[in-house]
Amino acid sequence: MNPNFTYKQRVMGLAGLAENLLEPPTVSDECRIALEKRIICDMYEGNAPYRARYILPDYKKVLEIGSEFLELEPANNLDEALAYLLIMYSQTPSITGYPVYLGDLDTLLLPYSTGLSDEDLHKKLRLFWISMDRMFPDAFAHTNLSPTYNRIAKIILQLERELLQVVPNISLKVDPELTSDEYLRDGVETVFACGKPHFINDPMMQKDLGPRYAAVSCYNSLKIGGGSHTLVRLNLKEIVKATQGGVDDFFDTTLPRYIALTAELMESRIKFLVEVSPFFDSSWLVREGLISLDNFSVMFGIFGLAEAVNLLQEREGHTGLYGHSETANELSYRITSTIADMVAGIEMPYCKGNNGRAFLHSQSGIDLDIDVTAGTRIPIGTEPALIQHLKTVSRHHHLFASGVSDILSFDETAVANPQAIVDIIRGAFLSGMRDFTFNLESNDFIRITGYLVRKSDLLKMPEARHSSTFLGAGAVAGSRVDQRKVKRVMSHESSPLFNG
Amino acid sequence: MKAHHCLTADVIPFSWVDGPGNRFVLFMQGCNFNCIACHNPQTIPLQPPKAKMLSINEVITRIKNSIPYISGVTVSGGEATIQFEFIEELFKTIKLTPELAHLTTFIDSNGNTPRPIWELLAPVTDGVMVDLKVLDPVKHQALTGHTHESVLNSIKFLAARGLLYEVRLLLIPGINDSDIELRDTANYLLSIDPLMRLKINAFKSHGVRASARGWRDVCEDDCERYRNVLTQSGVVNLA
Repeated sequence: MNPNFTYKQRVMGLAGLAENLLEPPTVSDECRIALEKRIICDMYEGNAPYRARYILPDYKKVLEIGSEFLELEPANNLDEALAYLLIMYSQTPSITGYPVYLGDLDTLLLPYSTGLSDEDLHKKLRLFWISMDRMFPDAFAHTNLSPTYNRIAKIILQLERELLQVVPNISLKVDPELTSDEYLRDGVETVFACGKPHFINDPMMQKDLGPRYAAVSCYNSLKIGGGSHTLVRLNLKEIVKATQGGVDDFFDTTLPRYIALTAELMESRIKFLVEVSPFFDSSWLVREGLISLDNFSVMFGIFGLAEAVNLLQEREGHTGLYGHSETANELSYRITSTIADMVAGIEMPYCKGNNGRAFLHSQSGIDLDIDVTAGTRIPIGTEPALIQHLKTVSRHHHLFASGVSDILSFDETAVANPQAIVDIIRGAFLSGMRDFTFNLESNDFIRITGYLVRKSDLLKMPEARHSSTFLGAGAVAGSRVDQRKVKRVMSHESSPLFNG
Repeated sequence: MKAHHCLTADVIPFSWVDGPGNRFVLFMQGCNFNCIACHNPQTIPLQPPKAKMLSINEVITRIKNSIPYISGVTVSGGEATIQFEFIEELFKTIKLTPELAHLTTFIDSNGNTPRPIWELLAPVTDGVMVDLKVLDPVKHQALTGHTHESVLNSIKFLAARGLLYEVRLLLIPGINDSDIELRDTANYLLSIDPLMRLKINAFKSHGVRASARGWRDVCEDDCERYRNVLTQSGVVNLA
């Protein structure tokens, strides 16, 4: 184990080692072999799932009615609300040990801000913001901001620019009607300073997930009061490599076979979590109605689309690459829509949160991924011009209800003209993008897969207070995320290295 | 030249430096100034081998390709207003095409444009960016090959009509960037409109012709001084 881990990182690592002494949930030999070859990947979650991967507690409920388990009365003022939230975060399980969802904080706190001056509000929120970063040092811990500009959202963005912290990750829900240009510019200028927030297409999310949803971890959109049991991802590049055939063989044989194996692994892990582990029977979150099994589903992730498309193009005697050729792009859309149809046809246990089906997810990679591109993105370094880039990737977005994020790197000329970025965000959502992140080349933050690390922290490695910094170091070394073409992409996901 | 064709140097689908928001930009070929410090000298001649003719329809098709990501269209150059008939027709077409009617229409100009042309363009134009190379008439002649009279007249006319989006000052170290020159320029421009938006265009020798290559690039310290002097002179709207 890395001698530079903090105490808590070490505890998590040791727990992972202990968990993996157990036999994993039973699957067929074919599924086990595909997992061993990492053609399908369980994200190194561990052999004995004892908590759901992504949990989105209904924090509002505790603030309003209190909690028996935590012995809390309803919150009466902002100080109480902030303290109660920190208490709840400390009691929310997750794969990394830190909560992936921190609540839609502007909406949650607005009722408690009445009568407070902006100065007082700023002071109290500042301390809360510092506490979150120091107590839950994990870039997957994520808050959301509502589409309507309000004084809390404004102060939060201001604090982000002041404090330049890794935690929390932030998503701003954008509604074309409700979200003003002024708010978006404030958001964009905050990105210039610290790489946050991420922007999400609120109407599209609401259509797929209902009004009570949030983006958590790195851009997994799920239901509040529920979450996702697990995330299993399918490496499209590897399934093409594992067979010799061309496009027809891929659609007729390869894809159905590996989708079934991915679903098998998911099903086996869900059943272990729900039927064998005591999680849903024993959790105080369930008992007090802060989460409900009925709001859970599971995430079916895919990645390596670009390589799969390019390999198949080659086998068919075509030269065009994904992101650059119409044929290649059309093949990519055929692949994702076929996957979406197949996944929608597979019934999954304990997935009432999505009518008994898995949510499709464009999985943004982990630090161990080498020479394979995240999700449905265009490979780093080969991105076309921004407009072509947006048009290529946005056609996939409607299929991925639980998140697909593309990261664009913008050059410095954006800084003098934030409205230009606002135009692009609005245009991207109008043309069907689900979520959207950008990096400015010059700030201290680099977005790895969807989470942020500070370049200055990477230089300080091997010691780092944030667990995610270790993952970031692996990703920078393995996948060239620091070499994104200016104006371009990439995003998402966790690799609990400590479990390995 | 036929009004429905345009001698074009380049077209870019997105620009963040040619007016408000994200803009489609048409760079028109040919300029009526011959600035030593021009960073696009290949766009100056009226008949270069690389320029191509684009029709209104071709330009409109390209603009549609940038929808819905842009808030407007800018024509730049060269000096766009040389091909004023094309601009008028293009902007009119934009305003009359339902899916483009929301776009704002801007012109990036060196200001060397007679008033009747501005009168013609005003009804279809939402904003103009005008370059002011230097206020001093002798220096202006030396830097651009022309007097500055028409530039100042353009600035006054456009400001009075509410069409002047910003005045751009191309500042070259040691050539036109002394404190006194900056103050005089600010005072002159603010006397036309006290809220006039000014933008500093920092000289960079990259891309310029040999005669200007010996000039030094603007550094961060220069920029800070420009901002300070202009602000102290009362400029409130400094881009």
